[in-house]
Amino acid sequence: MVTLKELRQDELFLPGNASCPGCMLSLAIRMALKVLGPNTVMTVPACCSAVIQGYYPRSSSAVPTLNTAFAAAAATASGMSAALELSGRGETSVVAWAGDGGTADIGIQGLSGAAERGENFIYVCYDNEAYMNTGTQSSSATPAGAATTTAIRGKAEPKKDVPAIMAAHGVPYVATACAAFPLDLADKIKKAMSIRGLKYIHILTPCPPGWRYPTERGVDVGRMAVMTGSWILYEWQGGRYTLTGPSRGLLDRSRRRPLADYLRMQGRFGQLGDAEVARLQDELDARWAGMARRLEGGAGRGEAGPGE
Amino acid sequence: MIATGNHAVAYGVRSARAEVVAAYPITPQTQIVEKLSEFMASGEMRGRYIRVESEHSALSACYGAAACGARAFTATSSQGLLYMNEMVFWTGLGRIPMVMAVVNRTLAPPWSIWNEHTDQLAQRDAGWISMICESVQEAYDTSIMAFRVAEDAEVMQPVMFGLDAFSLSHTAERLDLMPQEDADAFLPRLDPSMLPVLMDTRSPATYGNLTGPDAMMEVRSAIRDALERSKRVIEEAAGAFGRASGRRQAGLVEDYRCGDAEVVIVVAGASSGDAKDAADALRDQGTRAGVLRMKAVRPFPSEAIVRAVGGAKAVAVVDRDYSFGMGGILATEAASVVGGRAARYVAGLGGRDIRPEDFMGMAADALRAAESGDPAQGHEVWWGLRRSPSAPGGQGGA
Repeated sequence: MVTLKELRQDELFLPGNASCPGCMLSLAIRMALKVLGPNTVMTVPACCSAVIQGYYPRSSSAVPTLNTAFAAAAATASGMSAALELSGRGETSVVAWAGDGGTADIGIQGLSGAAERGENFIYVCYDNEAYMNTGTQSSSATPAGAATTTAIRGKAEPKKDVPAIMAAHGVPYVATACAAFPLDLADKIKKAMSIRGLKYIHILTPCPPGWRYPTERGVDVGRMAVMTGSWILYEWQGGRYTLTGPSRGLLDRSRRRPLADYLRMQGRFGQLGDAEVARLQDELDARWAGMARRLEGGAGRGEAGPGE
Repeated sequence: MIATGNHAVAYGVRSARAEVVAAYPITPQTQIVEKLSEFMASGEMRGRYIRVESEHSALSACYGAAACGARAFTATSSQGLLYMNEMVFWTGLGRIPMVMAVVNRTLAPPWSIWNEHTDQLAQRDAGWISMICESVQEAYDTSIMAFRVAEDAEVMQPVMFGLDAFSLSHTAERLDLMPQEDADAFLPRLDPSMLPVLMDTRSPATYGNLTGPDAMMEVRSAIRDALERSKRVIEEAAGAFGRASGRRQAGLVEDYRCGDAEVVIVVAGASSGDAKDAADALRDQGTRAGVLRMKAVRPFPSEAIVRAVGGAKAVAVVDRDYSFGMGGILATEAASVVGGRAARYVAGLGGRDIRPEDFMGMAADALRAAESGDPAQGHEVWWGLRRSPSAPGGQGGA
């Protein structure tokens, strides 16, 4: 376990960046870079992170950072990793840092290709569950019931389960994390650094303007996402699922907070009536039942994962 | 040795010691990257072949590799080039000095695998140096020269070069390879510290982040200046390569008997040889004809064109490409420097053969138009156009 004391004091994602007030993504990238350290190179496709780096000639990233096209993060990272290994710099961490649109939608082909080839880098999807820097349009990672500007009554379809898709590729490491649990995230980044191949880490990053909650409540919202079981913290390695952090205690339904506690914190779910909330609760319970089966069976590659 | 254009490119990229090759198959390019994959697997080349799942990823991987200091190469054609279009701009505007071979093939629909230049010319505004080869030997030579031009400290921009589908890509001709020590002397190892974009953990920087209106004009003008300087660098590289190889090289253009010509045929690609035969035949008949072969389309060789057509009465620009609603792309661009003298001919679309007699006919037609006092501007002929796609015959002009 990474402890707070172990984390480096200096910042590699600098204060004064251009994120929105209360941005949980900027917390996630700050924590990730504290673990990754300065021997890291990063590529960022079109996403909120491309914006919050700030304006040229300034940048909030203190590691070498290569912006790239929306669909291109995984392939760009593949090239970076190949070049660094060829020049004897294989110990440098290569990180593709992409949003949910750049991962679950436009970038999934390149990500799938890199995973199948066994490229050596860490792919982080930070998931604010919609196209946020364009103003909250639905992505395939938007959960059912969430209102966006392209689904004003709430998205009908469930969230695409990208971690399970990555597990189905048989990559060496898949993990989910949440920006509200920074040490759990730190553990997973640290573990990913020690593994060769494509490591996939999917971080839930609550977004105040997109999810419509007060800016100071991001950590509360992230915690509630996990405590209701709506977002499950786990690792997938060697074909086995392992719950991590507070999610370890939540297999028993009675330990999970009602989903409504999470949904009612956010304006994006405000249009849902009690019946719809109950239906989403049933779907969530079914998802946990599936998770329980996977934990027992050690089921791995090729099976649907525990996402929504 | 005897080799096809595709294998010549692979040999050239091996001579250039490219380190990262990322590519996706497409007819008629595939043999280039098959051969490179073989060289990598056998250890004849030291590097990594990245078997990407699309052309967009091919160029993205090259972008990332070059940004980490590797000499990077890809090859594609036609639809593949269009599919990587976004990354063509990322690499060109991002100042990534890599090299790409483009086997020039017709764009669909309808499906066609034969030669046209529109695929490459449609990418001409991306900040890439863009050349088109005439022969198998030139395809090999250009594979090496392209890296030297791209990596020149005065340039630092990517280079693409075309070779005509099948008439070069799959046609075997004599090929002389350069001894590796000569290639190494001509093209030294890439010095990453010179790169405009470099992922260096000792000197971290961010590339490509948001740039406001206060700085973008200056960012763009740096590329304009680099392309302008590349004219001299291309000529110098051609001269140095010519001395090292004993083979005379075209720089931006090849001037064939233009000095005293009354009519100059402007053309690019493999059919330039037929145009030269046509010029010789016209001279035998008493018409002083010359050929200006455009090797470079970017930077556009404006000065060389003006010089070559200086005294000519007529200029016949032959386009194997088309910009709908405007005209042949090379003719439109040539007209911007030679004005109304540029008579426009569109020929060989979809790989239709352009014979020496066709070039003779176009040259004669251009002379006739000039002598009759026709305003040449707007004189566009689709050479050999049949009345309907199924109608037979139909050679000759309008």
